Amino acid sequence: MLTLQCPYCGVWAEETELHAEGEAHLKRFGPGSSDDEFESYLFMRENPKGVHFERWRHSNGCGKFFHAARSTTTLEVFGTYSAQTLEPPQDIKDKISAKYPNWSWRDFS
Amino acid sequence: MSTRLTSGGRLLNKSKQVSFSFNGKKLTGYEGDTLASALLANDQMLMGRSFKYHRPRGVVASGAEEPNALVNLGAGGKFEPNQRATTTELYDGLSATSQNHWPSLEFDVGVANNYAARFLPAGFYYKTFMAPRAAWKHVFEPIVRQSAGLGKAPKDRDADRYEHYYAFFDVVVVGGGVAGLQAAKAAGQAGAKVLLMEQTAHWGGRAPVDGGEIDGKSAEDFVNATVAELNAMDNVTIRSRMMGAGVYDHGYMLGYERLTDHAPAVAGPRHRLWRIRAKQIVTATGAIERPLSFAGNDIPGVMLASAVRDYSVNFGVSSGDRTVVVTNNDDAYRTAIALKNAGLEVPVILDARATGGGALADEAKALGIRVENGKAIAKVKGGKRVTGVAICAQAGEGAVLEEIMCDAVAMSGGWSPVVHLWSHCGGKLIWDETQAHFRPDPDRAPTSHDGNGFVVTAGTASGPLLTGDVLADAQSAGIAVAKAAGFDGAAGAAPSAEAQAEAGMEPVWLMPQGAGPKLRMKAWLDYQNDVKVSDVKLAAQEGYESVEHTKRYTTLGMATDQGKLSNINGLAVLSDALNQPIPATGTTTFRPPYTPISMGSIAGEARDEAFQPLRRTPIHDWHEANGAFFEPVGQWRRPYCFPRGSESHADAVTREINQTRKSVGLLDASTLGKIIVKGPDAGKFLDMMYTNMMSTLKPGKCRYGLMCNENGFLIDDGVVARIDEDTFLCHTTTGGAERIHGWMEDWLQCEWWDWEVFTANVTEQYAQIAVVGPNARKVIEKLGGEMDVSKEGLAFMSWKDGKIGDFDARAYRISFSGELSYEIAVPASQGRAFWDALLAAGEEFGIMPYGTEALHVMRAEKGFIMIGDETDGTIIPQDLNMQWAISKKKEDFLGKRAQLRDHMASPDRWKLAGFETVDGSVIPDGSYIVASGSNANNQRNVQGRVTSTYYSPTLDRGIAMGLLHNALDRMGEVVEFNKVDGSTVKAKVVDPVFYDKDGEKQNV
Repeated sequence: MLTLQCPYCGVWAEETELHAEGEAHLKRFGPGSSDDEFESYLFMRENPKGVHFERWRHSNGCGKFFHAARSTTTLEVFGTYSAQTLEPPQDIKDKISAKYPNWSWRDFS
Repeated sequence: MSTRLTSGGRLLNKSKQVSFSFNGKKLTGYEGDTLASALLANDQMLMGRSFKYHRPRGVVASGAEEPNALVNLGAGGKFEPNQRATTTELYDGLSATSQNHWPSLEFDVGVANNYAARFLPAGFYYKTFMAPRAAWKHVFEPIVRQSAGLGKAPKDRDADRYEHYYAFFDVVVVGGGVAGLQAAKAAGQAGAKVLLMEQTAHWGGRAPVDGGEIDGKSAEDFVNATVAELNAMDNVTIRSRMMGAGVYDHGYMLGYERLTDHAPAVAGPRHRLWRIRAKQIVTATGAIERPLSFAGNDIPGVMLASAVRDYSVNFGVSSGDRTVVVTNNDDAYRTAIALKNAGLEVPVILDARATGGGALADEAKALGIRVENGKAIAKVKGGKRVTGVAICAQAGEGAVLEEIMCDAVAMSGGWSPVVHLWSHCGGKLIWDETQAHFRPDPDRAPTSHDGNGFVVTAGTASGPLLTGDVLADAQSAGIAVAKAAGFDGAAGAAPSAEAQAEAGMEPVWLMPQGAGPKLRMKAWLDYQNDVKVSDVKLAAQEGYESVEHTKRYTTLGMATDQGKLSNINGLAVLSDALNQPIPATGTTTFRPPYTPISMGSIAGEARDEAFQPLRRTPIHDWHEANGAFFEPVGQWRRPYCFPRGSESHADAVTREINQTRKSVGLLDASTLGKIIVKGPDAGKFLDMMYTNMMSTLKPGKCRYGLMCNENGFLIDDGVVARIDEDTFLCHTTTGGAERIHGWMEDWLQCEWWDWEVFTANVTEQYAQIAVVGPNARKVIEKLGGEMDVSKEGLAFMSWKDGKIGDFDARAYRISFSGELSYEIAVPASQGRAFWDALLAAGEEFGIMPYGTEALHVMRAEKGFIMIGDETDGTIIPQDLNMQWAISKKKEDFLGKRAQLRDHMASPDRWKLAGFETVDGSVIPDGSYIVASGSNANNQRNVQGRVTSTYYSPTLDRGIAMGLLHNALDRMGEVVEFNKVDGSTVKAKVVDPVFYDKDGEKQNV
């Protein structure tokens, strides 16, 4: 059972207090988008062995959605950050680079 | 025979005799015995039958790794199957029965499988039960069911109580042997808050059995002194009878404490599951001895050398009068020496190593024990008990050199560290060539949230086997974890122990080395599941190269002992067959729990009323007092109907509907979700959430809306009321309130975070009561108050705040029944009083409450859809002919893009229609509309299905809604719905609105 720190209320919450909300940083495609774009938005998900970006919700706490950067293999958490951003903050990317110099995830590296 | 010795038995209280029964036979033992030691003391070596061949099996081990001695314990509400006799402490009145045999343990018909063993090789089930299809039901399944399973499933409710306990520690040490004690002491001295747990009732592990001196004291004295020191430390908690069951992510771990298994008469919970968060974990879990693979190694009387020693030293029990010791390492000599010192015969020690043993071997020889180097067991003789062994050269193919009479065999194939807890959360192993075992790789520990390791091994669990090394390793482990947890106080010095040098072990995976097929077929690897060397070889021959596949094909290591005993032997045999080194084969995955834990402990207090929280409306007590029959709706309990006297539920539903349609009825609708959406962008936001246009709704008005997910599928519906320019109140389904609130928050927080909107789930702030029926207005008007509820004063699909009687009310003119209807919300605290007032005012109209079933029937009569009935997560509004609720003006809403996809826009989708049975009967729930022909699986083709089906009291006939291919073009056609008995029921395709098609009744 993971523990993640909610970046809004600061609580170190354990998984029972949180709800996993799927992949982070998805770009929504609505009416007017091509079939490929829409398919990718709806169905195509990363399933990495290693660095991953996820959405979580502090559902049994402050109720806020947030992002977490972690490794799916070592369970290391590189950081949690606001859901109201389009990309991971630089300090978290630096932390990942220090450990995995060649990491990449979708458009981020 | 096995018997009680006059000497020995350090764990026994010989002044206290204990009586117990085994298969109905009355026997006695001593306080301190395990069930296994007491059975052995009574010469009951035969303790069970194996799973597949029903071979007679005796106890092999003395601890948690025991695969054979599984028993049914207790009776009635205290019955529990598959309990290991070796870990069951004896108590007065214990009653045990053996498992997996018929009619008796001594004589078992199922043993016929044993003689058919050559026809039941690995993968037998997969190869045999393939075809014909019909044979499965009538031939294979009855046979498999008869012979499957070990113990019986309990029939009665568990009479015991269980609890969960949450705990937080800097350091948790698992294992109360000398290593665990020393690690806990070092970490405690450094200042950490420490928990030390030991799965047995006794501290010290193997050290007091094996002897030797620590810090100049006997091992036993050292253990007692250390336990006393730990007890005196405020920052250290120690618990025996508590197993480290599993290690999970980020330092989470489970401790399984068995509180009253050894003393069932004591009050309190039976098991306590500790849910622990530890900064650091030390696994001082020791090692488990491995059996050797020789023919007949499963005959009762063949035991692990360490177990034979344990029974003798700890319990004063001899496993046999004449014990042959067979080994590939020095440790087994300790058993021979212990037996000799206890006055028992050891006719020979067979040491598979050509060069023989070290100092311990010399000691054995000095005691006059015959030692044969380079020798092995060709086969064990005997049936239900060992009668002798045939000796051969280890290097050969099993030519018998000599036969020796004996009634027990003590075997040792070396030791494997217990790596389970290390591995649960990803700790990696390395292959140790010299000890021929997998041990934890300290450089690849399981990692926590900070990326650093959080599990450290101590003592034999790390690999070293000599006492001096064990203590030094434990001391450094204790200091290291305390430091990692932030404590660097001064720990004392590591105790010193005199290390007796041992000659190196030599891996022996098959005995003799060149054993042919006949011997291999009798050389057992997995005792409980009857997996033999020949089975693993066969699997390899048939192409199973992955160890995980071989495991599942042969069932090696899949028994309740999870391969603790002989998995390494199996891996070695597989590696040999695949001609690759053992590390290339690798291990199967170690998964928690370490040994089985009770289902009761997992449930804890979560049973009966405490199973989950119940949500009750403010009117719940009235329902209960008035005989409501409840149904669960999410965590709510809602009245299904209110039966009177001996009235059936169906009759009650009919009465409630007739009263409501003819006069007036009441519904407690408080459970409906109510979410306030407020802010300058609220209208824009709801335009995205709903398929309809909500921003054009006028304050004071209501609009029914549909919500879809991004796949285009319907997820919820409900009436939206605009309270003012900036404020909306959205009703959701009863089960949808939390989900839809979360859904709204998701979009507001993660997608449109610049929109100025707040949401609040106010479901429980209001009691909401629907007053329904032609007399509804009269009832409300009787209550008085300032609110004008006339047709003009409160028009259909509008709402109003004001006083009804003395109540602060918000009345919505909405209808889910097709009748004149007011849904009136009052503050939750006034809900019950308002309900009572309505009942009193409606008395002259025969007012009565109706339940959810009447609600469902009335909405079906009106053709209104219900989320979860007409929808199942794959239904778009267009399927339900609800294009009228989908805005064409909006550029975008959730689900719009998906509904444009080819498959969604296809004219070939099943569409909603109503169905009237030709004979007036009710179509069964779940029924399909059959089509001609059949599919590739020989199943009838279908062209639709029923979604709602009821008896309609209003129409006095069966009515239904359902989805049918091209339904709209097929009005008036008669289709057939299937029934479970194979017949069909004919129904006419009709408009789904059965009652008041023009909506005149609700708009009066």
